[in-house]
Amino acid sequence: MEYFAGEFDVAVIGAGHAGIEAALASARLGCKTVIFTINMDAVGNCPCNPSIGGTAKGHLVREIDALGGEMGKTADECFLQSRMLNRGKGPAVHSLRAQIDRRKYSETMKHKLELQANLELHQAEITDIRKIDGGYELVTRMLAQYHCKTVIIATGTYLGGRIFVGEVSYESGPDGIFPATELGKSLKELGLPLRRFKTGTPARVLRSSIDFTDLEEQRGDEPPQPFSYETESLGENKAVCHISWTNEKTKQIILDNIHRSPLYAGKIEGIGPRYCPSFEDKVMRFKDKPRHQLFIEPCGLNTEEMYMQGMSSSLPEEVQLKFYRTIKGLEHCVIMRPAYAIEYDCVDPLAMNPTLEYKEFDGLFGAGQFNGSSGYEEAAAQGLVAGINAALKVLGREQVVFTRANSYIGTLVDDLVTKGANEPYRMMTSRSEYRLVLRQDNADERLTPLGHEIGLISDERYERFLEKQEQKRQEIKRLKSTVISPTDEVNRILVSRETSEITMGVRLIELLKRPQLDYECLAPVDTGRPKLNPNIFEQVEIDIKYEGYIQKQLKQVEQMKKLEKKHLPNDFDYKNIKGLRLEAQEKLNKIKPLNIGQASRISGVSPADISVLLIWLSGINRSSNGN
Amino acid sequence: MSNFISDKTIAAISTAQGEGGIGVIRISGEQAVAIGDKVFCGVNGKKLSSMKGYTAAFGKIVNQDNKEVDEAVALVFKAPHSYTGEDVVELSCHGGVFITQQVLRAVFEAGAVPAQAGEFTKRAFLNGKIDLTEAEAVIDIISAKSRIAARAALFVKDGVVRRKIDEIKESLLSLTAHLSAWADYPEEDIAEVSDDMILDVCNNAQNQLQKLLDTYDSGQAVKQGIDTVIAGRPNVGKSTLMNLLAGCDKSIVTDIPGTTRDVVEDTVLVGDVILKLSDTAGLHDTNDMVEKIGVDRARKRLEQCRLLLAVFDNSSELDDEDLNLLNLASDIPTIAIINKSDLPQKLDVELIKSKVNKVIFTSAANGEGKDEITSAVAEIAGTSNLNPSDGILSNERQRIAVSNALKSVDEAKSAVKCGLTYDAITVSLEDAISELLELTGEKTSDEVIDRVFHNFCVGK
Repeated sequence: MEYFAGEFDVAVIGAGHAGIEAALASARLGCKTVIFTINMDAVGNCPCNPSIGGTAKGHLVREIDALGGEMGKTADECFLQSRMLNRGKGPAVHSLRAQIDRRKYSETMKHKLELQANLELHQAEITDIRKIDGGYELVTRMLAQYHCKTVIIATGTYLGGRIFVGEVSYESGPDGIFPATELGKSLKELGLPLRRFKTGTPARVLRSSIDFTDLEEQRGDEPPQPFSYETESLGENKAVCHISWTNEKTKQIILDNIHRSPLYAGKIEGIGPRYCPSFEDKVMRFKDKPRHQLFIEPCGLNTEEMYMQGMSSSLPEEVQLKFYRTIKGLEHCVIMRPAYAIEYDCVDPLAMNPTLEYKEFDGLFGAGQFNGSSGYEEAAAQGLVAGINAALKVLGREQVVFTRANSYIGTLVDDLVTKGANEPYRMMTSRSEYRLVLRQDNADERLTPLGHEIGLISDERYERFLEKQEQKRQEIKRLKSTVISPTDEVNRILVSRETSEITMGVRLIELLKRPQLDYECLAPVDTGRPKLNPNIFEQVEIDIKYEGYIQKQLKQVEQMKKLEKKHLPNDFDYKNIKGLRLEAQEKLNKIKPLNIGQASRISGVSPADISVLLIWLSGINRSSNGN
Repeated sequence: MSNFISDKTIAAISTAQGEGGIGVIRISGEQAVAIGDKVFCGVNGKKLSSMKGYTAAFGKIVNQDNKEVDEAVALVFKAPHSYTGEDVVELSCHGGVFITQQVLRAVFEAGAVPAQAGEFTKRAFLNGKIDLTEAEAVIDIISAKSRIAARAALFVKDGVVRRKIDEIKESLLSLTAHLSAWADYPEEDIAEVSDDMILDVCNNAQNQLQKLLDTYDSGQAVKQGIDTVIAGRPNVGKSTLMNLLAGCDKSIVTDIPGTTRDVVEDTVLVGDVILKLSDTAGLHDTNDMVEKIGVDRARKRLEQCRLLLAVFDNSSELDDEDLNLLNLASDIPTIAIINKSDLPQKLDVELIKSKVNKVIFTSAANGEGKDEITSAVAEIAGTSNLNPSDGILSNERQRIAVSNALKSVDEAKSAVKCGLTYDAITVSLEDAISELLELTGEKTSDEVIDRVFHNFCVGK
């Protein structure tokens, strides 16, 4: 018999990376929050790679941190090795990635949830969701009823999860934890448009079975940089990674056994991501490539499990063992956990508003893989957005829409709800049109004021931020007023950097503008330089060097903002607008864009359709003004 | 994307193309007056910005190289008292396709963007100048035009220009995808991108884009026509020549010198080239007031035309008026036509040959010499070198898109040369791609990403 277990403002289903940020944000904003995990030991689990960040994902982590989220801080606390990727390729694509201790990460996150005020953490599988007056009723496997004003679905790969390893297939969540088998039916009955996606993970191999002798080492940066603007220093790197390569023999084994892949045999109906292909996918799609790279990464300090990045597979276990053993260093490897593919239920994100609330379901939100994304960081970013907006809704405050112009978070959400996802969505720097503005170094500048306004950034932290901004302004002022004389010492530096000598005094800022020069090489002649947070120097240098490009992108941002101020109604049948093409009417009716800017990004809506929309919009505005 | 951003200042030719003696270029938007001031120099030195609404000024139009393009009357309308409800400047110049296009180009160079189908009317509506019922009509215009445009785009899809543009776009997309894959997957086994690689692709794209731009003017000669003046002293046979080219009587042809008192216009097809012919009064000094006006206008025309057909009489010696014409001819692409070749020669043909590069003998009355004129015109219009299979941009909007793409490619090149990082270079390359995509009517967003996964084996 069902029993009543409590009333909450915000309920979060799932305690993975999305659920954690959602629950913390909501609780921190003062809402009575409950979070359910199917297994208490799976909170903040990293069932795939033991790392946080990476290209564009590192941007997301910095943004989450700038808004008062938890992922960056916890990653810093659990880091094993940290590297800034893409140094030398330009500041827009610099991305931080940290190898982390996955057990410690999970434990740390769980502890933070436990300690958080306004938050209850329960081990429970939600089996039913029902619409009730003023919210939703959630029912657990143990028949507890929770009444919640708002609900955030963050079920990851657990919802209807099914694992595939060759001919073997069974219902399961990640890492062999049992799946959520009932909730999917309930969500379908409620009317959510569910579908199947697929992803996969490589094997974990016993460290002592690997021969590292001839493998290339990959070490962390010295000193390693933290994700969080609040972390002062990380200490030393604690681990190294290794690189190896597949070869013709590996390839041959794949070719000989490809018929045993459930994907190629047609057993998997879910759509997998192009950017996260299984190794057999890589071999089949790029047949001319003789070898593929793999990275061997430690899963933690207190484990001998090693993660084989680049080698995910859904071939039978015996085939996996065979092809892993063709790889240099892995000749005698022992597989502790086999690679597998996992198929799961997720929703069509076009059904959501940019607040991550479902258009047709008041108070129901989604985040993470359930929304069709992939990756811990993408999940955490959405969790934060959903958590903030669910809480703001309960509090009767205006909800927040993150924009393409202010963040990768906004870009991610806008892509999902405007373009939809035909495969699990991964963040990439090439997805942002404002890359030179949305950098990982200036996430605080872009978002911390907003985080403070929302209420997730404390006054003390905001004060520190303002102080840093002031120091930055002072430093730019100093660069503009400091004149460097044409001494031999200066010109020696200039010549060594292959840039032209100076013959008269030049302002420091002019020298820093030269692409060949930087703060570091000018140090000997910049004697009046103050001692500042290195991040300030980084931001100043980039702002100066890329000023032209940044200005250009800011102008584009302004233009887009104007279009985003033209709001569209959400309860209108676009079939009534004469002059819109049929395809545009259908797309607009499905997506119900919030404004003209979002409408303009929908594929199938042409500039002419936008003109028609503008005219129509101005017509209704005028008639509503009684004109 | 920029198509519907309504805060841009737009411009277009608002009179029917190539008709009549006057062409009107309408500029509308916040920057209309400022742009007007950049291209228009009033004879009294007064700035348009200092003028009130509903006032006019006479002056000249200059392009960005500070070259005079035409004389014009500028009319200033101040918001909201204008057709569109925005600041509007209308420049009335000397009709004719070439001149009007040149003025429009100067206006674009000064910062205006091409107006979209129905955009003046759309703005008029958005600014409350016309009412809702009229707006329905505007929607009809826009949707109808977009359907026509869609059909046109479909047609162009198989066209030569489309293939050219696709080719350039393709090469830029591949490069950008490579740069993106290289940046988004730093640890994958992706070939390094080098400066030389980028410069190679950029140089190639630059050449192709430049070629498209270079053929634009001669392409326009084929499509729109060249402003051409027939000049020569009275009764030398200009009107007869014009009729020969036009194929019917247009001018009043008599034996009394000075019969043609005004600029007479006609459009004729000479080979592949459309000539917009002005048959002028002679350039002689006269006391007849009416005739004097005609002579003055003829001189004006001469200074502005793109092709001069200078007609001389084979049977009489060069006089002062002929010499005047020869002097003018040295600054203008000219074909000297020695008429009345059936009569005994008294003309100093050698002198003419020394001033003008093309000399043709005709007897307009007998219809001789038309073929020679045809090939000479093709040579001067540049159409003899114009290979139709190279593709020709068909309008000013296409020219702007190509020229913007070229600008962005140039930017990418100079960024490489001064050592900027590739993330900045990618921004310029993407700008170029989006200009070209706009031309072919596609959306940018996911093109690069699709290409990354198609071309590179990336992902963990």
